[in-house]
Amino acid sequence: MDVFLQQVINGLSLGGIYALIALGYTMVYGIIELINFAHGDVYTFGTFTSLAILTGLGISGEVHGPLLIGVVALTVVAAMLTCGALGVLIELLAYRRLRNAPRLAPLITAIGVSFILENVMQLWHGPSPIPFPQVIPNPSASFGGVEISAKQVLVIALAVVMMVALQLFIYRTKIGKAMRATAQDREAAQLMGIDVNTTIMVTFLVGSALAGAAGFVSGVYYGTTWFFNGFEAGLKAFTAAVLGGIGNILGAMLGGFSIGLIEAIATQYIPQGAQWSNVVVFSVLVLVLIFRPAGLLGESLPEKV
Amino acid sequence: MSLGRKRIALALLGVVLLAYPYLDRNNAHVDFLANAGAFILLALGLNIVVGFAGLLDLGYAAFFAIGSYSYAMLASQQFGIHIPFWVMLFVASAIAAIFGILLGAPTLRLRGDYLAIVTLGFGEIVPQTFLNLSQYTNGPNGIISLDQPSLFGRSFGFSSATPYYYVLLALIVIGVLVARNLQDSRLGREWAAIREDELAARHMGIDTTVAKLSAFAIGASFSGLAGVAYAAKLSLVSPDQFQFNVSVLVLSMLVLGGMGSIAGAIVGSFVLSFVNSFLLPQSTTLVHAIGLTNVDFTNYRYMIYGFILVLMMLFRPGGLIPSRRRSAELRVALVDPKLAAQEAEEYEGGPR
Repeated sequence: MDVFLQQVINGLSLGGIYALIALGYTMVYGIIELINFAHGDVYTFGTFTSLAILTGLGISGEVHGPLLIGVVALTVVAAMLTCGALGVLIELLAYRRLRNAPRLAPLITAIGVSFILENVMQLWHGPSPIPFPQVIPNPSASFGGVEISAKQVLVIALAVVMMVALQLFIYRTKIGKAMRATAQDREAAQLMGIDVNTTIMVTFLVGSALAGAAGFVSGVYYGTTWFFNGFEAGLKAFTAAVLGGIGNILGAMLGGFSIGLIEAIATQYIPQGAQWSNVVVFSVLVLVLIFRPAGLLGESLPEKV
Repeated sequence: MSLGRKRIALALLGVVLLAYPYLDRNNAHVDFLANAGAFILLALGLNIVVGFAGLLDLGYAAFFAIGSYSYAMLASQQFGIHIPFWVMLFVASAIAAIFGILLGAPTLRLRGDYLAIVTLGFGEIVPQTFLNLSQYTNGPNGIISLDQPSLFGRSFGFSSATPYYYVLLALIVIGVLVARNLQDSRLGREWAAIREDELAARHMGIDTTVAKLSAFAIGASFSGLAGVAYAAKLSLVSPDQFQFNVSVLVLSMLVLGGMGSIAGAIVGSFVLSFVNSFLLPQSTTLVHAIGLTNVDFTNYRYMIYGFILVLMMLFRPGGLIPSRRRSAELRVALVDPKLAAQEAEEYEGGPR
């Protein structure tokens, strides 16, 4: 039982990262119906930016006290801004012109953007995994055999805070309302005086910024990164978005945590589970698509004609 | 070009290709052409799925892996089974086709972009499965010393790539003929209809599931063929030959040449193979010679694929040698609605 609970804790922390990435997929898909394949790489770019900032600050180990809060806040905000800007740039250069093209065209472009980003990061830090400074002191609290580390608390807390903030942004602000309207019907939104281009840009900004935050968190959590990190994480996060019901914000969060749990538990209970965890996650994707393509929280929508 | 001239040009090209290993005694060049041939075969197969039927398959390397591993397991010391190369060509393409159907069946009633992501996942799972099942596949070490093909009792051997060159040339010719006949067949026209408007196609009484599954199966079988030839030529297989970047490489070849265009698939894969095997390494050697030793152009390989995908889609979606029909589809939809409306008006016989 302890082992199981331990894996639940591990799964929830993994899931926090997946959920943050899944939000970006789901927001972009919700508004322009594009699977943004480059999103996983934007997330890795977040880790790389955080690494650059920490290196720039001369930090290579644990930081304590109020300074820690300052460093974490600064790095997260900077990673979010950089990734947000990157997301906007990608939308502007690669996707905007193709908004009315056949669906295949922007999908292929997205794959291309993903490859360009990966190659840029490979040139930046080389093809091998690189260490990420362990900024956060890592005591762990023990509850009768179940260990919760400070890092895990940070991951889960940050994910929850971001999600609440996002929820407020989308349901309580004017631009959030514009985003929902554009997702529902772009033309009608335009007729109501909504600037669709700006709205889509903001969607990319917010989604990519969340990926940036996830990038920082994953660096701290795993203590290592490499240029290809976003490929697998992106696939899993996309699976999370589909599991929760793509286009649905709450669904992305739920799906993220579920995928994290599934992965952690599969790793524990399947013989040589770590090797098979990817296979398990993708099988979940296929099963969801067959039996409940609308996802856990999504409503069943007919294909737009 | 008139039909007569086109035939003469084709015949000349055929003679040159047939005589090539005797004109150019450099084995490295023949070896390059044989390898490029495997990728041309892959691009021809992917063209059927992506180009003809409009289904984005991002895990195409999985079928390449399945073809290669079929040969490795059924024609080597691994299990002591030694099925001849020529038989394995049929067996492996059938196995790959079956996997194509197995993959396609659950996903085809979904929207096109879900298909892309599921094939992507499938492309990840297959090499990983070969890696994990190490009791059968030797895991990361792969399977080595595969059987050499032999013809009329003479083994192909390792000294020269010429026999493989001819095998791949023959397979490509067969592939082109099959693809061309399919394109104009009833099935090919069904694919075009599905690609252009699936809903309308269904209303016209096309069984879209059967048509799409056929595209998947036929495309996969090309990949199985390429897998057998490539594995026999290298005489080894290992899981890292079939990563995601292979799927994207083949897709880039197709996008560069022109989706839906058979000539485009061939030219695109030839050009990119040339860039990979000659242009990048040679230019790296060149700049090293003038003292820039820290430059290595081969590191930019994936960026090149990426830029090909992005720039072609933005500026020349039909590819270098566009299929007329396909580029018309992509162009009309690309331009601003004003022009599309204008074209529609012209089609309807002028403004009313």
